[in-house]
Amino acid sequence: MIPEAYYLALSAVLFTIGVVGVVIRRNPLVIFMSIELALNAANLALVAFGQRHGSPEGQVLVFFVMAVAAAEVAVGLAIIVAIFRLRQRLSVDDLSLMRW
Amino acid sequence: MALAAFLLIAAVALVSALGLILKRNAVHGALFLVVNLGSIAALYLMLGAEFLAAAQVIIYAGAIMVLFVFAIMVLIPGKEETGPDPRRSYRLLAAPLGALLLFELAVALAARRGAPGAATAPAGSVEAIGRLLFTDFLFPFELTSVLLLAAMVGVLLLARRRA
Repeated sequence: MIPEAYYLALSAVLFTIGVVGVVIRRNPLVIFMSIELALNAANLALVAFGQRHGSPEGQVLVFFVMAVAAAEVAVGLAIIVAIFRLRQRLSVDDLSLMRW
Repeated sequence: MALAAFLLIAAVALVSALGLILKRNAVHGALFLVVNLGSIAALYLMLGAEFLAAAQVIIYAGAIMVLFVFAIMVLIPGKEETGPDPRRSYRLLAAPLGALLLFELAVALAARRGAPGAATAPAGSVEAIGRLLFTDFLFPFELTSVLLLAAMVGVLLLARRRA
């Protein structure tokens, strides 16, 4: 049995990689994927905590996170596609205005 | 044996995560993310969460990543991150900030050493999760369906071509 501290450490590192990815990348699609990475790291921590306490509630929470992530991805990608259709470019540096 | 398996899977997860954020090509990034999600599903299996491992593969590695790859194909990849970065100096700040975040998380991890309770037997059978979903978490479960419906309608509205 592996101590859950290992899982939490891995989760922390993966979350940090996701956050760094959000900051350093210019492609909104890659930024979005980095967010998914961070979400998954949080899910891993949730499952590890749930197993530590021997309760399935952590897993139920992860199930909800997955459902919300699916909805979020659908809407987010639709927004990115709509922006691309409008501007014909795809870089977050061009999108610094809320309206124009 | 279990530790060796964990270390191997963790190494795969870390390398694929780094590949996602360091590769310029978005398609490569998406494939790295699939590998990462698969390795996390393997970790779920090691934790005894079989239902989540299956859901991870079906929902994340299946549905969500197909959506990502599809969007990347539609949006002509490889043209958005060529040429010099006009804000390179700001982006280089990400390294110290990431190190700071990692340090903070490590401190939080180290601080919970004294937390009570030893690891008990894994209690995450499909039956237990299903029972919980349809009793204690019934209301959020139903709300999820409303959320997915709202997302679907919103996407249809956003993707509609202006006539």
